[in-house]
Amino acid sequence: MNWQFFVEVLVSGLLAGIMYSLVALGFVLIYKASGVFNFAQGAMVFFAALTFVSLVERGMNFWIAVVVTLAVMVVVGIAIERLVLRPLVNQPQITLFMATIGLTFVLEGLAQLLWGSQPHGLELGIPDVPIQWLADNANINISQFDVFAGLIAGALVAGLAVFFQTTRIGRALRAVADDHQAALAVGIPLRQIWAIVWAVAGFVALVAGLMWGARNGVQFALTFIALKALPVLILGGFESVAGAIVGGLIIGASEKLAEVYLGPYVGGGIESWFPYVLALAFLLIRPEGLFGERRIERV
Amino acid sequence: MLYREAGQFKTTYAADQQVFPIRQDRIAVAALLVVAFVGVPLFANQYWLSAILTPFLILALATLGLNILTGYAGQLSLGTAAFMAVGAFMAYNFALRLPWMPILVSFMLAGLCAAAVGIVFGLPSLRIKGFYLAVATLACQFFVLWALQRVGWFTNDSASGVITAQKMVILGYTFESPADKYMLTLCVVAVLAVLAKNMLRSETGRKFMAVRDMDIAAEVIGIRMMQTKLLAFGISSFYCGVAGALYAYAYLGTVEPEAFNLDLSFRILFMVIIGGVGSILGSFMGAAFIVLLPIFLNTVAGPIEHLLGITLPSGLMSNLELIVFGALIIFFLIVEPHGLARLWQIGKEKLRLWPFPH
Amino acid sequence: MISKHLKSALLGVAMLGVAATGQAQNEQFIPMAGYWVGPFAAGGSGIYGGFIDYLNMINARDGGVNGVKLTYEKCEHEYNNARGVECYERLKKKGPTGASVFHTLSTGITYSILDKATADKIPLITIGYGRTDTSDGRVFPYVFPLVTNYWSQNTAKIKFIGSREGGMDKLKGKKIVNIYHDSAYGKETIPVLDAQAKTYGFTVTHIPVPTPGNEQGAQWLQVRQIKPDWVILRGWGVMNPTALKAAAKVGFPRDHIVGVWWSGAEEDTIPAGDAAKGYIAAGFNVAGANFPVVQEIKKAVYAKGKGEMEDQARIGSIYYNRGVVHGIITVEAIRTAQAKYGNKPLTPEQVRWGIENLNITEARLKDLGAAGFMQALKVSCADHEGGGAVKFQQWDGKQWKVITDWIQPDKQLVRGMIEASAAAYAKEKNITPRDCSKEG
Repeated sequence: MNWQFFVEVLVSGLLAGIMYSLVALGFVLIYKASGVFNFAQGAMVFFAALTFVSLVERGMNFWIAVVVTLAVMVVVGIAIERLVLRPLVNQPQITLFMATIGLTFVLEGLAQLLWGSQPHGLELGIPDVPIQWLADNANINISQFDVFAGLIAGALVAGLAVFFQTTRIGRALRAVADDHQAALAVGIPLRQIWAIVWAVAGFVALVAGLMWGARNGVQFALTFIALKALPVLILGGFESVAGAIVGGLIIGASEKLAEVYLGPYVGGGIESWFPYVLALAFLLIRPEGLFGERRIERV
Repeated sequence: MLYREAGQFKTTYAADQQVFPIRQDRIAVAALLVVAFVGVPLFANQYWLSAILTPFLILALATLGLNILTGYAGQLSLGTAAFMAVGAFMAYNFALRLPWMPILVSFMLAGLCAAAVGIVFGLPSLRIKGFYLAVATLACQFFVLWALQRVGWFTNDSASGVITAQKMVILGYTFESPADKYMLTLCVVAVLAVLAKNMLRSETGRKFMAVRDMDIAAEVIGIRMMQTKLLAFGISSFYCGVAGALYAYAYLGTVEPEAFNLDLSFRILFMVIIGGVGSILGSFMGAAFIVLLPIFLNTVAGPIEHLLGITLPSGLMSNLELIVFGALIIFFLIVEPHGLARLWQIGKEKLRLWPFPH
Repeated sequence: MISKHLKSALLGVAMLGVAATGQAQNEQFIPMAGYWVGPFAAGGSGIYGGFIDYLNMINARDGGVNGVKLTYEKCEHEYNNARGVECYERLKKKGPTGASVFHTLSTGITYSILDKATADKIPLITIGYGRTDTSDGRVFPYVFPLVTNYWSQNTAKIKFIGSREGGMDKLKGKKIVNIYHDSAYGKETIPVLDAQAKTYGFTVTHIPVPTPGNEQGAQWLQVRQIKPDWVILRGWGVMNPTALKAAAKVGFPRDHIVGVWWSGAEEDTIPAGDAAKGYIAAGFNVAGANFPVVQEIKKAVYAKGKGEMEDQARIGSIYYNRGVVHGIITVEAIRTAQAKYGNKPLTPEQVRWGIENLNITEARLKDLGAAGFMQALKVSCADHEGGGAVKFQQWDGKQWKVITDWIQPDKQLVRGMIEASAAAYAKEKNITPRDCSKEG
C-alpha cells in the first residue's frame, strides 16, 4: 500500500469531516438549549450563503455583506423562535421536528424567491488547490482551502467554548441546557435565551454557508449538507459541541477510507450509507453517542 | 342530535365488541365504502382516478404502515420509503420469475420480504430510541437504495436500474384502465385497513400501545420487549412493502430506486403527523392533505395569474407554492398538534349536541 | 356529473381561471411540465424560459403558426416522478385538441409516462435526455429522443478524445475514468463505453457519485490513484461544480475532463470559479445571444416588457438557448403536420406525424435565424433521433467557446445497440415493431 496516498485519503477525510462538523454544530446548539431537532439547519445554511453571495454580487463590500447577512440571520432565527417554536412549546419532539421540516420548505422557497434559483460562485480568496510545498516534498496532496476550513472550524469551536464558559449569557445557556425548570427558577429569562441560541445558530449557519459555498458554489443543494451532519450527530451525541467535532472527524475519515479502499470491491458509492451504518454500529455499543448524556436515552 | 349513541343498547358481548360500536359510525363507514367502490368508479374522470385517488390510497396505506410503528408502537422511523422500495422491487422479481402467480400473491410476498428487512433494521430499536433511532433508520433508507442499485438481480440487470412494472394479471384478467387500477388498489387498501383496525384493538395492538406509553412499565407487566418491537417493525414494513408494490404497479408504472428517496419518507411522516399519530382515520386524512395540497396550489397558481392579468416571473409561483406548503404545515402543527383526526373527533363531540347545545 | 361538481367545488378558483383564459378554438396547446424550484431549478427555469419565450415570439411576431395560436400551461413537478405523472394526467386533455406534445425534462419521468403516453397516443419529445433506445421508432412510435441521445454523444466524445490524442489508434492503452451520477440517467452510458473500450483498446473505470454529489473527495482521490488520461464527467446539478473543484483539489487538469451536455452550462462552471477554466463539455446547442433567433425574441417579447427570464443576463446562456431549440423543434413539427392536415389545431396523433416527418435543413435553420445554433435534423419512422452530432466547447473562465465543428457519432455502433435494446423491450412488452416501409 502506498503510504502517501493513504495519508492523503486520511487527511482529506478528516478535513471533509470538519466541514460536516460545521453544519452539525448548528444542530447541537439548538438541541442543547431547547430540545428541538432543527432539520432546517441545512436550509438556514443555504439561506445565509445565498443572501451573502447575492449582496456581494450586487456590489456590496465583503465585510459589510458579512455583517448584513449576520443581521438577517439573527432576525430569521428570532422570527423562527417567535413564530414557529414558541407556539409549539411543550409539544412532543416529533411535532417540533416536523415543524422544522416545514420550515425548511419555507426557507428554501423564500431564499429562491428573493434571490433567484441561479447557482453562484463564491471566492474567499483561498484557492482550493494542493499545497505546493507538500506536493513537491512528500508527494502528498492536501488542499489549502480544506486546511483553512479546518482552522475556521477550530476557531469557531474555540470561540463558542469561550462564549459558553466565560460569558454571562453562555453560563445561562448551559444552565438552560441542564435543566429548564431550575434555570427558570433562578431567574434566567428562558425565552430571551432561546432567541439568542437561534441567533447563534444563524451565525454558525452563515460560517458553514460561506465555507461550503466556497467549496461547491452557492446553490440549492447546500440544503442537502444537513444529511451529511446527521451521522455526525448520532455518533457525537446531540448535546455535545466536542462530540460534533470528534464525530465529524471520525465520520469524514472513515467514509473516505471506506469509499477508496472498500468501494471498488462492492461497486462504489458506499459513501451514501457507510457513515450511517458506522454510527449505528457504534450506537449499539454506546447508545448515547460519544459524548451524549447517558440519562436521556436509556431503554 | 344527529350523532348520538343514546338508545343504542348492547345486549351481547359480540355487539359490544364490534369494530364500530356506534350505529352512525357503521352507517358512515358503509356509505363511504359504497361511494369508494361504486360511486367513484362510475363518476370520477380519468384524471381523478389515475392521478389523485390511486396515489392517495397507496400513500394512505404506507402512512397506515408507519402509523402502526410510530403512532401505536412509539418507534420513530425515517426509512419508510426504503421498505416501500423493497416491496416494489421484490414484487417485480416475483412477477418476473414466477409469472404464473396472481399479482396479488406477488404483492403479499413482496410485503413479507419488506417485513423481513424491517425486522432486521428494527433490531437497533432494542438498544436506542427517539431521534437516535430515527437517524439510525436512515441507515436503512440509504443502504437499501444503494443495494437495489448495485445488485443487478433486483433490477434483472437492467442497464439503467429502472424497472418497468409488468401488467397486473389476476386469473387471466388484466388490470389496465385507471378504473381497474383504482379498484384493485382500493380492495387491497380496504382489506388491509380493516385488518389493521382489528389488530390494533387486539392483544397485539394493546401491547404496542403499552410499549409506546412506557416501555419499562410494559416490560414489568410481562410484555416481551424484543418480540413486540420487532413485530411492530415487521407489520409496519409489510404494509409499507405492499404500498410500495402498488406505487410501482398501479401508479408510476416504472420505478427507479430514486423514486423512493428520503423525501418520500419525510412526506409519509408528514402524513402521519398531520393526519394524527395513532389513528387509522388520520392516516387517510393526512395522506389526502399532503397529496392534494401541492397539486391544489399548483393548479390555482396559473389561473390566479390570469385572473390578476399579470405574468409573474417563471420561478416566483413555484417558490410561493413551496412557501405556502411549508407554512401551512407549520400552521396545522400549531393549531392542532394532534392532527386532523383530532379535529374530526372534536367535530363529532360537537355533533352529539348539535343543533341543541344544551 | 358528480365528478364535475366535486372538481369545481375543490378547484373553484381553478375553474374560474380556466374560464377566464377562454377556450378559443384556433389554439394549439403545449403543456410545460417542468421545475422552477429545487436543486435543478437553474436548468428547468432556463430551458423553459427559452422554450416559452420562443412560443410567445412566434405568437407575437407571426400571430402563431399559420394563424393557429400557441398556448401553454406550466406544471411544477420538482423533478419528482410522482408529481410528473400527475402533471401529465392533468395536462393531457387541455386545449381544444389535447396536449400536442409532451416534454418532461426529466429522464425518470420519461420512463414513467412512456407507456401512458403511448396508450394515450400523445407524442413525447425528449431532447437530450430520456431513454436512449426509444430512438428506434419502430418499437416506440410515440417517443422522440430528438437531436442526439446519450449513446451518440458518448461515441462522439470518444472520437473527440481520439482526435486530441492524434488518432483513434492512439487510444490503445489509454485510461479513461467515467465519473457518473448514481441514477438511471448516470448509468445510461456504461454499456456503450464498455463496448468502445473493447473496440479501441482503452480501459475504462466507472466511478459512481451518490446523489446529490456535493462531496466527491473520495471519488477524485480514486482518480488520482488511477491517473487516467481523460475523465468523462456525467453529472447533474451540484455534482458538476463540485467535481471541477475536487479535480482542482487533486490537481487533475481540467482540460482533460469532458462533460456531457447536462454538465456543460454556465450554471455548472460559474459556481466552480477558477477551477472550471479549461473544462470541456459536449453540447447540441451553443451559447450566445447574437443569433438572429435570440434577437427576434428580445425584439418581440422583451422589448414589450414581457418574457420569462427574470434575470435577462441569462438570455443566450446554454440552458436558455437549449430551450429555444425545444421551441424551434416543437413549432417546426407542428408546421410540418399542418402542411399535411391543414392550418388548424391538430390532434396529438397528427402532431406525431409531423415530428416523424420533421426535416429541418440547413437552409431552413438559416430562415429561422438559427444557422450554427443547432444542427440540421431529419427524423424518420425508424430513426427517432434525427441528428446525433455534438459540438465541443471549452470554458475560458468567462464563457463557453466552441472548439470543434459538429462531430458525428459512431452511428453503426449506436444504432446496433439501440436496436438490440429496443428489441429486448419489445419482446418483454409484447410489442410488434412497426413496418416502416408501410408508413406514409
